[in-house]
Amino acid sequence: MLDAADGYVTEDGRQIGGVVMEMKNITLRFGGVVAIKDISFDIREGEIRAIIGPNGAGKSSMLNVISGFYVPQEGEVWFHGAPRPQMRPYEVARQGIARTFQNIALFEGMSVLDNVMTGRLNYMKTNIFQQALWKGKAEAEETENREAVEKIIDFLEIQHIRKTPVSRLPYGLKKRVELARALAAEPKLLLLDEPMAGMNVEEKEDMSRFVLDVNDEFGTTIALIEHDMGVVMDLSDRVVVMDYGRKIGDGTPDEVRNNQEVIDAYLGVSHD
Amino acid sequence: MFYREAGDFKTSYTDDSQTFPIKFDRYRYYVVLAVAFGIIPFIINDYWANALLLPFLIYAIAAIGLNILVGYCGQVSLGTGGFMAVGAYACYKLMTAFPDVSMFIHVLLAGGITAVVGVLFGLPSLRIKGFYLAVATLAAQFFLVWLFNRVPWFYNYSASGQINAPERDVFGIIITGPNAPAWATYLFCLIFLALCAVLARNLTRGTTGRTWMAIRDMDIAAEIIGVNPLKAKLTAFAVSSFFVGIAGALFFAVYLGAVEVGEVFGIQKSFLVLFMVIIGGLGSIFGSFAGAAFLVLLPVVLKVVGVDVLGWPTDIVAHLQLVIVGALIVMFLILEPHGLAQLWRVAKEKLRLWPFPH
Repeated sequence: MLDAADGYVTEDGRQIGGVVMEMKNITLRFGGVVAIKDISFDIREGEIRAIIGPNGAGKSSMLNVISGFYVPQEGEVWFHGAPRPQMRPYEVARQGIARTFQNIALFEGMSVLDNVMTGRLNYMKTNIFQQALWKGKAEAEETENREAVEKIIDFLEIQHIRKTPVSRLPYGLKKRVELARALAAEPKLLLLDEPMAGMNVEEKEDMSRFVLDVNDEFGTTIALIEHDMGVVMDLSDRVVVMDYGRKIGDGTPDEVRNNQEVIDAYLGVSHD
Repeated sequence: MFYREAGDFKTSYTDDSQTFPIKFDRYRYYVVLAVAFGIIPFIINDYWANALLLPFLIYAIAAIGLNILVGYCGQVSLGTGGFMAVGAYACYKLMTAFPDVSMFIHVLLAGGITAVVGVLFGLPSLRIKGFYLAVATLAAQFFLVWLFNRVPWFYNYSASGQINAPERDVFGIIITGPNAPAWATYLFCLIFLALCAVLARNLTRGTTGRTWMAIRDMDIAAEIIGVNPLKAKLTAFAVSSFFVGIAGALFFAVYLGAVEVGEVFGIQKSFLVLFMVIIGGLGSIFGSFAGAAFLVLLPVVLKVVGVDVLGWPTDIVAHLQLVIVGALIVMFLILEPHGLAQLWRVAKEKLRLWPFPH
């Protein structure tokens, strides 16, 4: 079913487009430790792409390479058909890549609204002098972006806590606020690092629904890391499986599920 | 009961993001402005101006400046005294070089020059954080004081090594020098304070303030969602030093009139302003006012109560002041790290429900 050039149609009938991001032979080392070893895969427009693997497989490192936080020693990251030059993380963010974090990385001292507004930095064009005056351009820009943010707050159903300081929120809501902040950037590619970690079943269901809705409504391409196999198999269109920094499987959930190497990695294999 | 926001609805996002979204707060703010501009200048005398009002106004500007850096952007600075000295000496050089230019321009330019110096000394913040940055700014403090002591050009080769503010005016009203009337010096400082407070508030409620707070709360995440840390930190240093420089210029030219740099702008000054920010409340403009008012009032109140009423010796009262300030700093850091501003916020929350807390 994989059509090399122009994408493919998923099981539920969604048309997946061309390649948005391609990782070409990425190798990442920390001193003597090889975190990622010669991995290549692509992420296509409009799909939900999962990266799974046992603990320490290098999934988060992979996400950090995509978001520009780690610079791989070998290999190239291709974005929109061209190799991405080495750039600072904030420059990567300006290209339309937003992410959430495994351990929530919200700005604890700010309100929910301010946190989500921070996600719209790429759309803030006024300079510091205009902002110091406030009246005029800065105020207009603030209002305009506030409208966009309110749509996302509405979408994720967090209206009631918009003025609450983030530090007072429970875990599940914090995760949702973090998703809101990433969505506020209207990213072309959204990276989710364990969006369901530490949640109960209901919260996981909510979060899964939001992930699907985001993909459906905004057409956002999503790459996610997740440990809950049920969630991964249900949500994602294609799955990359990593183990000890190597890629051991790549394909649709069904293909991955029946891959012997993947089963060995997860269930263990006897060495006799 | 007294304080409520019920029924105060907003119909636009612009209304919602104004400085005082609650009507009650807004009117109180207008009343304070009216009293400060319309009544106090007519009843002020030299004692009130010199003992209370001028130091309060000037320290409030410095505290707002430092609060932007420490409270909003999370970059600890112990160089406030040094940066105030930059403002003072810049103002002095400008006053003597261009005697015909208005004092307004001189003070603003002095702020601008301090901003440039602040950015220069803020550069290490891109590499180091926390205690290490504090030590780097401490180096700035000592270096700047040393510089103004050692290079005669800064004090126009005067024999005493001091700088003295010559008589200058704004629109014909004398602002500096011994003949300046109390109301004029008061209004001059008040205008700068009002200006600085509004600018600071506008910056902190908008995009710039959010990038500062993002850097303060979690710098790595901030960078990944698109904050340029270089720009955020250096703008914080620039804006902060601008305000501190204005405060330094006013402190020298309007308040003291004559300055010996090591005595006036030494390390004690840096700590004093830092204490104001901590006691007042980190990350709050109102807190800067409260902290400045508190630390300016405290010695005066202690003197009145201790020396005049109870008849204690002056040196005991002076030492008592150090003990009280020290104890307060420790108490605030442990019990209420967000200072007087947070106490005020809690009081408002309580008042909203009083007398029926359920």
